[in-house]
Amino acid sequence: MFLIKKIASFATVIFGVLLLTFLLIHLVPGDPVEVMLGESASTADRVALREDLGLNQPLITQFGGYLNKLSSGDFGQSIHTKTPIIEMLKTRYPATVKLALLSLLIGLCIGIPLGIYAALKANHWQDIVVTLVSVRLSAMPAFWLGPMLMLIFAVWLGWLPVSGMESNTSIILPALTLGFGLSAILTRMTRTSLLEVLNDDYIRTARAKGLSEKTVILRHALRAALLPIITIVGLQMGSLLAGTVITETIFSWDGIGRMLVESIEKRDYPVTQACVLVVALSYVLVNLVTDVLYRLADPRVKFGG
Amino acid sequence: MKKFASTILIFWLLAVLFGWLLQLTPNLIDLNAILSTPNAQHWFGADDLGRDILARVLAGVQISFSVAIVVTIITMAIGVSVGLVAGFYGGKVDQLLMQITDVFLAFPGILLAIAFAAVLGPGLVNLMIALSITGWVSYARLTRGQALGLRNRQHVLAAESLGATVPRMIFKHILPLLASILVVEATYSLASVMIAEASLSFLGLGIQAPNASWGAMLRDGVRYMLVAPHYVLIVGLSLMSLILAINLGGDYLRDKLDVRTEK
Repeated sequence: MFLIKKIASFATVIFGVLLLTFLLIHLVPGDPVEVMLGESASTADRVALREDLGLNQPLITQFGGYLNKLSSGDFGQSIHTKTPIIEMLKTRYPATVKLALLSLLIGLCIGIPLGIYAALKANHWQDIVVTLVSVRLSAMPAFWLGPMLMLIFAVWLGWLPVSGMESNTSIILPALTLGFGLSAILTRMTRTSLLEVLNDDYIRTARAKGLSEKTVILRHALRAALLPIITIVGLQMGSLLAGTVITETIFSWDGIGRMLVESIEKRDYPVTQACVLVVALSYVLVNLVTDVLYRLADPRVKFGG
Repeated sequence: MKKFASTILIFWLLAVLFGWLLQLTPNLIDLNAILSTPNAQHWFGADDLGRDILARVLAGVQISFSVAIVVTIITMAIGVSVGLVAGFYGGKVDQLLMQITDVFLAFPGILLAIAFAAVLGPGLVNLMIALSITGWVSYARLTRGQALGLRNRQHVLAAESLGATVPRMIFKHILPLLASILVVEATYSLASVMIAEASLSFLGLGIQAPNASWGAMLRDGVRYMLVAPHYVLIVGLSLMSLILAINLGGDYLRDKLDVRTEK
């Protein structure tokens, strides 16, 4: 029942997302064809593009055609390079996923241990420092953190390349930029949720049985405490995807975020539309999967609720 | 920490309110000072066109604040109205409105604002439109949740049974109880609108040259990072101090007004 409900609301949201991205091109002030091609374009070119984008048809027909094309994986083609957008996505999307996954890994590797540490030292100065730094760090945007990391590690210390994708170490700085923000949120969540669990009866039982503190924390407490973290990670995957737009631009990482920005600069609206759609759909999908996983993982959450 | 934050906040507020008294010339080009480091004439150094960075930082914060305030007011007005209607009437109306907000929430972070700014074209007004179209959702959600609970409170039911009109119930009996939550939310949203504005300007979609904007300055700073690292550093530190101060201010208000503690 829960799954059916979930999928139904998922379908409505997807439909809304499709409709909104479809309407984007119609929000262009004036004639989108003129904006895209420039004033010097020949009449023949304009007619061809209008025909190609279906802009000469009624809106509802256009939307139908849009959905029809999408269902067969056809995102249209770039106005500038004439390459099918799906081909561009095939190289750009994996680059973004790679970046996002590495950031996630960094976020988890820093956030969870720090969170455990802060919880164990609750209300000592170590906890206060960790919490303070994590709360404030998570408020800092990528376009601040990115340049600062670039300045320190690439310019001053010279350890890592400034930008680009040429060397194997190029991914480190953009991944750190995204990962730090995530780790700050994870630190806070781990701390709170571990502290909550540590007061439970079964932890007292475990301690009373004479288990070592390490076993109590890692085997008993952490297991229960990690559940809410699944949700946070899922939700954060979304901001990670959005954050890549800025981060990829800063570090010249050729992912879908940079593809979006480039398409905007070139007024290549079909590409813009496709990028927005793909990122939004990934986000919705990740959220759905998170929600389902969470409910499957936590026996306390009742289905149908 | 609190003192520190309020000092910074007051400093920036003074810069916004009385910056014009300094007769700054943020757009004055001084070709002898291109990318110069901080000195007696240019306290924060100069940018790639020889413009005074201090003057541009101050001009930038003025624009940034104005955008944040305008957008916050617009988004709050739209969001609170939608939320009140949804929460008050419930049922089908609520369902429909919440489905619409769900669609807006399906776009992560500022992606939708980027998309709107992209099709509307760059510029200050379009920037504010893009941020307003996408920013009302959180207010709608928040207000709707609260209104849903308040709708069946005894004082509202009493007013209803006495024949109060719907606007009267909403404005006299529900909205006042939401005020403190909305004030706190507005503080945080000031900071997030400023970040969003700077993000869009960073991508070249926001405030256009020659007007100063922290986002655009950061982008230029990154471009000249190898030759003039002070540029990006100064703009970065300014931005950080302001965002921290606003968020600390929000935390303070939240504790003071004693609204829900989890965010």
